[in-house]
Amino acid sequence: MVQLTLPKNSTVQSGKTWPAPAGAKNTRSFKVYRYDPEDGRNPRWDTYEVDLDACGPMVLDALLYIKNSIDPTLAFRRSCREGVCGSCAMNIGGRNTLACTHGHADTPGKAVQISPLPSQPVVKDLIPDLTLFYAQYASIEPWLHTVTPEPQAEWRQSPEDRAKLDGLYECILCACCSTSCPSYWWNGDKYLGPATLLHAYRWLIDSRDEATGDRLDDLEDPFKLYRCHTIMNCAQVCPKGLNPAKAIAEIKKMLVERVV
Amino acid sequence: MANSSSAGRFRTAISRARGLGASHHGVGHFITERVSGLALIPLALWGVFAGLRLAGIGYDGAIEWVSIPLNTVLLCLLLVVALIHLKGAIQLVIEDYIQGFVIKSVLVIGNLFLCVLGGAVGVVAILKVAFTGAF
Repeated sequence: MVQLTLPKNSTVQSGKTWPAPAGAKNTRSFKVYRYDPEDGRNPRWDTYEVDLDACGPMVLDALLYIKNSIDPTLAFRRSCREGVCGSCAMNIGGRNTLACTHGHADTPGKAVQISPLPSQPVVKDLIPDLTLFYAQYASIEPWLHTVTPEPQAEWRQSPEDRAKLDGLYECILCACCSTSCPSYWWNGDKYLGPATLLHAYRWLIDSRDEATGDRLDDLEDPFKLYRCHTIMNCAQVCPKGLNPAKAIAEIKKMLVERVV
Repeated sequence: MANSSSAGRFRTAISRARGLGASHHGVGHFITERVSGLALIPLALWGVFAGLRLAGIGYDGAIEWVSIPLNTVLLCLLLVVALIHLKGAIQLVIEDYIQGFVIKSVLVIGNLFLCVLGGAVGVVAILKVAFTGAF
């Protein structure tokens, strides 16, 4: 059976509460998942009282405030702080999203609960190990495949064909979609997941690509593709507003088209 | 030979992602589930009305009703199509939630056998009633 509960050494325990700084009037609790593989302890929930007057409006601002002013040991990824790089993807208030574009005021409840992306091994604190996720992306060979000799200038494409890539190329590989998908939780070692399949479709419908049949061959598999049961969590959580479920449905349609 | 606890430990991520490659099937299962689902819409509606009608006509009336050729054919179709759909649906659930090659294979084959057996017994029963007038 699939594992429905956490193993004993992954059960999250209650941790330390860090009080608000002296004089802070406008505060909110941030309940943050903490895990350090080097201390041999179980993960825990640490609660930080954050002075909202001293930090910006986004969850990433609060995390930076915690790291800079309260607890420098907190580990998380971040880079662009404007929803372009996908580094700060995490689970905030029970929903996968980007910490840099999600306002802490938009998170319901008394405390803002923050944990790493679900179902992936945790490297430390809010940092998931996305090695397999990236390898799955690499496995679909996300680049142009051609046998025709390369033209003198660029490969040409009509505006209509270029427009077909809209809603697909914008994916920043933050992994919010794949790690919110129950099918990916249960069979993530075999199922490619929404993000990788969205990119697979992006190359399938690229008019310049000459390996559509080979790409479809590589996807036709009960596990790589057909684990998608249109649960739609992927479309619901995508911070870029993309719809991986629709892209997967289009791949399934292409596979039907070639046998009917 | 590596012991089982360290087997696969040094496999690279891309090797794990590629796994055993694509099996090049799945579209047939996908089409079967959709087409059988589509066929079940009118058949199931007919089945509900037939069930309601059968409830009030007694044993002899029911035997006579099953013996009408159109009803015999539709009953057989409803049973077979429902079992084809059920077999595919249960297989999906097994593949989703059961891990381990042996147990998964046993359950998938068991599901197939049970559905085929159910279909065979059901069709023979319907035909027996239709042709001999007795169960």
